[in-house]
Amino acid sequence: MISFRLLVLCLLLNLSSFAWAEEVMSFSSDLNQIRYQSLVNELRCPKCQNQNLADSGSGIAVDLREQVHQMIEDGKSDQEIVDYMVARYGEFVLYRPQHSSATFLLWYGPFILLAIGFTIFVSVIVRNRKRRNGARL
Amino acid sequence: MRKLLFFIPLAAFSILGVLFFLQLGKDSQYMPSALIGKTVPDFNLVSLLSDEILTQEDLPNGPFLINFWGTWCPACHIEHPYLMALAQSGITLVGIDYKDEKAPAQRWLVEKGNPYQMVLMDEMGRFGIDMGVTGAPETFVVNRSGIIVYRHQGEINEQSWQQLKGYLK
Repeated sequence: MISFRLLVLCLLLNLSSFAWAEEVMSFSSDLNQIRYQSLVNELRCPKCQNQNLADSGSGIAVDLREQVHQMIEDGKSDQEIVDYMVARYGEFVLYRPQHSSATFLLWYGPFILLAIGFTIFVSVIVRNRKRRNGARL
Repeated sequence: MRKLLFFIPLAAFSILGVLFFLQLGKDSQYMPSALIGKTVPDFNLVSLLSDEILTQEDLPNGPFLINFWGTWCPACHIEHPYLMALAQSGITLVGIDYKDEKAPAQRWLVEKGNPYQMVLMDEMGRFGIDMGVTGAPETFVVNRSGIIVYRHQGEINEQSWQQLKGYLK
């Protein structure tokens, strides 16, 4: 899923502008490394408008990557790390916004619109069929 | 009634148009600090001036500014004379020497003057992360009761000070 997303990103942003900014880091387990990769891909760099921590070369992104690395190695859970970042940099750092009353429309708005559209679609079809049947009689 | 339905797209378009128009000209770089309304996070940092370890207990009373700077930061050079002027007019400033080295930082304060009541060294930038800093210069306004009320990213000058000083009480 994530690799698919990266692929789409590559295509959208044009391949030339896509580069990994990555330090050499050692992990005590493969799982930790995977968790690290998914976290730095999902956390937004607070300095840059539209880059995640993994892609950004800005000083603060380097520091925050190191912070994520350290917290993972210290045995912190993903949620703890995300909460840590949100407490300091706000919800801005989340590419996947939390579910709350403020983000309700963001998360469920499309489904609500889809439901409204579907209702209208069905009612139009039903009405048309009634009219056609009426004409035939 | 059915005729009204035809105006739904137009109505939707107008609403969106007004909405987007209101967002025009807004500073897209502006990012509110997550620390507004909170106290200064706990810290243990070494003072640049006296080599003591200081904690949040040692912060000055009453309203003051926390200014992140570094000798590596070009905008801090530009900002420095204005900070000197603020200090002279009686504003309390706490400096955080952010991701910097001791010797050049001390030299900076000797050569250019020291506007700060206390200067703490944050060599690794850990306190910067706790404060949600993304670079330097950055300035936080702490009010009389020790609550962070405002954050300004970028240098303080005549223009940005007009906005900042309203929070300093």
